[in-house]
Amino acid sequence: MKKTRQNKNDFEAEEIPPLEKGGEGGFMASRSTGTVSHPVFLRATKSCILAGCHFLRHQCKSPLAPLLQRGERDSVGGSTLKPLLQRGERDSVGGSTLKPFLQRGGRDAAHLLRIFATVVLLTLTAQAANAKTLRYASQDDPQTVDPHSANLLATSRVTGQIYESLVWRDAQWKVIPWLATSWQVVNDRTWRFKLRDGVKFHDGAVMTADDVVFSTERALSPTSQMRTAIQGIEAARKVDRLTVDFILTEPNPALLSHLTNFRIMNKAWSEKNGAARPQDYKAKEDTFSARNANGTGAFKLVEWSPDVRVRMVRHNDWWGFAEKAGNTNLTEVQMLPIKSPATRLAALVSGEVDIVIDPPTQDVVRLKRDPSLKVQDGLEIRIQYLAFDLFRDELLYGSEKKKNPFKDLRVRQAVAHALDPEIIKTKVMRGMARPTGTIVTPEVVGYSADADKRLPYDVKRARALLAEAGYPNGFEVTLDCGNNQPASDICQAVAVLLSQIGIKVKPNIIIQSAFYPKLEKFDTSFYLLSWGGGVTADSLYTLNLLLHSTGGKGEGDFNMGRWRNAEMDALIKSIRSEADGAKRNANIREALLIANRELPVIPLHQQRIPWVMKKNVDAAFTPVNTVYFYQTRLN
Amino acid sequence: MLAFVIRRLLQSVLVMLAVAFIAFSLFNFVGDPVSLMLPPEATQQDREEVRKTLGLDQPFYVQFKVFIVNALQGNFGISLRLGRPVSALLAERLPATLELAFAAALIGLFIGIPMGVYTALKRDSWISRVLLTASLIGVSLPNFLIGIFLILIFAVWLGWLPSFGRGDVTQLAFWSTGLLTITGLKALVLPSITLSFYPVTLIMRLVRSEMMEVLRTDYIKFARARGLTNRSVHFGHALRNTLVPVITITGLQLGGVIAFAIVTETVFQWPGMGLLFIQAVQFADIPVMAAYLCLIGFIFVVINLIVDMLYFVVDPRLRVERPGGGGH
Repeated sequence: MKKTRQNKNDFEAEEIPPLEKGGEGGFMASRSTGTVSHPVFLRATKSCILAGCHFLRHQCKSPLAPLLQRGERDSVGGSTLKPLLQRGERDSVGGSTLKPFLQRGGRDAAHLLRIFATVVLLTLTAQAANAKTLRYASQDDPQTVDPHSANLLATSRVTGQIYESLVWRDAQWKVIPWLATSWQVVNDRTWRFKLRDGVKFHDGAVMTADDVVFSTERALSPTSQMRTAIQGIEAARKVDRLTVDFILTEPNPALLSHLTNFRIMNKAWSEKNGAARPQDYKAKEDTFSARNANGTGAFKLVEWSPDVRVRMVRHNDWWGFAEKAGNTNLTEVQMLPIKSPATRLAALVSGEVDIVIDPPTQDVVRLKRDPSLKVQDGLEIRIQYLAFDLFRDELLYGSEKKKNPFKDLRVRQAVAHALDPEIIKTKVMRGMARPTGTIVTPEVVGYSADADKRLPYDVKRARALLAEAGYPNGFEVTLDCGNNQPASDICQAVAVLLSQIGIKVKPNIIIQSAFYPKLEKFDTSFYLLSWGGGVTADSLYTLNLLLHSTGGKGEGDFNMGRWRNAEMDALIKSIRSEADGAKRNANIREALLIANRELPVIPLHQQRIPWVMKKNVDAAFTPVNTVYFYQTRLN
Repeated sequence: MLAFVIRRLLQSVLVMLAVAFIAFSLFNFVGDPVSLMLPPEATQQDREEVRKTLGLDQPFYVQFKVFIVNALQGNFGISLRLGRPVSALLAERLPATLELAFAAALIGLFIGIPMGVYTALKRDSWISRVLLTASLIGVSLPNFLIGIFLILIFAVWLGWLPSFGRGDVTQLAFWSTGLLTITGLKALVLPSITLSFYPVTLIMRLVRSEMMEVLRTDYIKFARARGLTNRSVHFGHALRNTLVPVITITGLQLGGVIAFAIVTETVFQWPGMGLLFIQAVQFADIPVMAAYLCLIGFIFVVINLIVDMLYFVVDPRLRVERPGGGGH
């Protein structure tokens, strides 16, 4: 559902901020011009360099030595208590030099002190045993903690811990009851949900149907960015204290899948704090709910300092503890944004954080060898794909001005035949990929394995097809891609692979914030994008945005190549109004097969995401690349 | 003196206008914040609407005018990324950056000057050569590399110091300080050393060359001829006369250190203005970028002003030249 963009709902693991490099370059330039160069400097010898380093180390070490010794890591009770104990002992020594009648008192005091110290030590140790703080690091920081405000991954990674939805997903990513215990389809356009009784918000209030109705209105309001997550819902109506009806604009067998990302807020709390509507950029003001939260989740927000940390503590009244919905033993979670990948990993290796969810791909192999760490990976609901401009009659960025070679199916087939998924998987993705033949992934409603087939890697066939289409010597074209990893690497690999059949591809790697606006204006001939389907996890969503013809409201918004196929449009329309799940899936399969035949886009692979953590962390991978703390343990 | 200060302040307004103008014209190339603010599936209509409400559909000069008019009223707009007033964000981040920059500048002075004096006086000793070589490394290694090396040594290998963040901070009215807690002080060590590498080497080399220059002058020879002690010649006469350029450079360096803290802050996840700026650039958060650049421009101007005024204190000749001033 989202495309590759920086800090966006997307992955963006391992990207090195481009401007950091640029900034440093500029910095160096200005430095070198401002420096007076002494020839004496150049008389350096190797030993001098080493000695210099030693000197500097000494310089920084000496004034800090006492400080450093004091702050020994992880010595929770021991080190702070030592002075206490020693003092107790000293007191007893002092006592013995006093007069005999004081001697006893001194000894008693010492004794008492010792007992006191032991008690303190025991409590501290007990606390240390009970207190389980998970320190989690990634490069992203949320933009807001309002669950309806921003539909971005960095945000939902935080709000998803604090707020909950009516239905949620199990380990197999199947929909399960959550805040709602059961539901029934009253008719094609009405679904009735029975709410869980006794669900408590973090402020102690009990969740009722009013909160669900309120949250629905809130998520549907114009300033909400979660409207798409619940698109097709017209309204929610309270039936009784714990029953809610959802009225749909059209039948939607995938409603449950959509509802997994619709989070419930407390009506009274929101209204009391002036947050009845999601943050509005027009209002140009700080909204209470953007910085404060009151959900029903297993963790409650206690602090959010942007770029420093998000701190959450266990919500002991969470309904899930009694219902065994989650098995966390954490008492506190600190989500630490650490922008620089090197620093993030250094913090992990040095033991300052427990888990890093976005290690740079090239470091994963090395991290796997570290005996104190483990790497856990899984497939994210996200594919990388190539797409063509299928609208213009020329290559806007390329050599063919008389006609657009991509409009010829044989050329698209040739491109598909020339792309070796194994090469991209092993050389670019270092094994962290699953080559795919379709735009939806197995976790998504409507996926069918027989549509997930690629044209085989066959250079000979590709050349023949190109020649047949009238391009025996190929042509030149520019491939647009974002500057995040791994997109820019994939782009270059595609260029190499297509050069085998004579298509000279010029990769054009653009900063993320400029890449998307360029595509939005259809200002491209050939582009690489990544597409996630995690928010609704429903094929219709992907088909509608990627393959429906453009122009309609909310249709084909991501069809930047402006492909138009009447058959596809008709199928999508029928899927939209199909109430029968099996028929709907058959139609989805049909649509995916059309896409395979016509190749308006060429899917490359689904990405495998590695999380690196200390051995004692027990975190379950989720296909939306989010650590859910309610099921995370620290052993 | 007053006229001088006022003139300087007026100049600073011009400087900042120029900075704001240049910054604004550059921002047309950083991309479109709307695409990052809205979900991917937002319709074209939604996008246009947001653009309109943010005034991004206006031509450049209109946006610039609006920004200047608001800025004059102390309103730098609202951050597109965090949805909070930019002035509040910068005020929150300023203490972190200033503490880091001043720590780095102090390290620069207290290590750079003695090293400079030593290398000037004992030109041929091996320690001098070592220092000069080390300073070559200091100027030539990029900041982020130094930072990563320090993290590797002190955080990963030795485990003495934290590799990121600012530790625990104490809130004193509007100022958040990390100087009052052990974790805060520990967290300050690596970033401030990283940031001080360049000032240390620069000040050391500057003091050295100035000192060598001064030691060749006639009044030093006279001082020696009068039989003054080495100590008095070196520190009473020579060092004092080298300080004017050192003050200038240190002052300008302080501005540079604040501005270039961006890199150090990014490496150490130091929650200062530089980190805020880097995030803003990636998000095309124009209000934050513009306000930050203006603020940095302002800091440079103020530091220059203070440096100019310090000249009066250090160099008696300037006081003599002042019309109506005392002295003989």
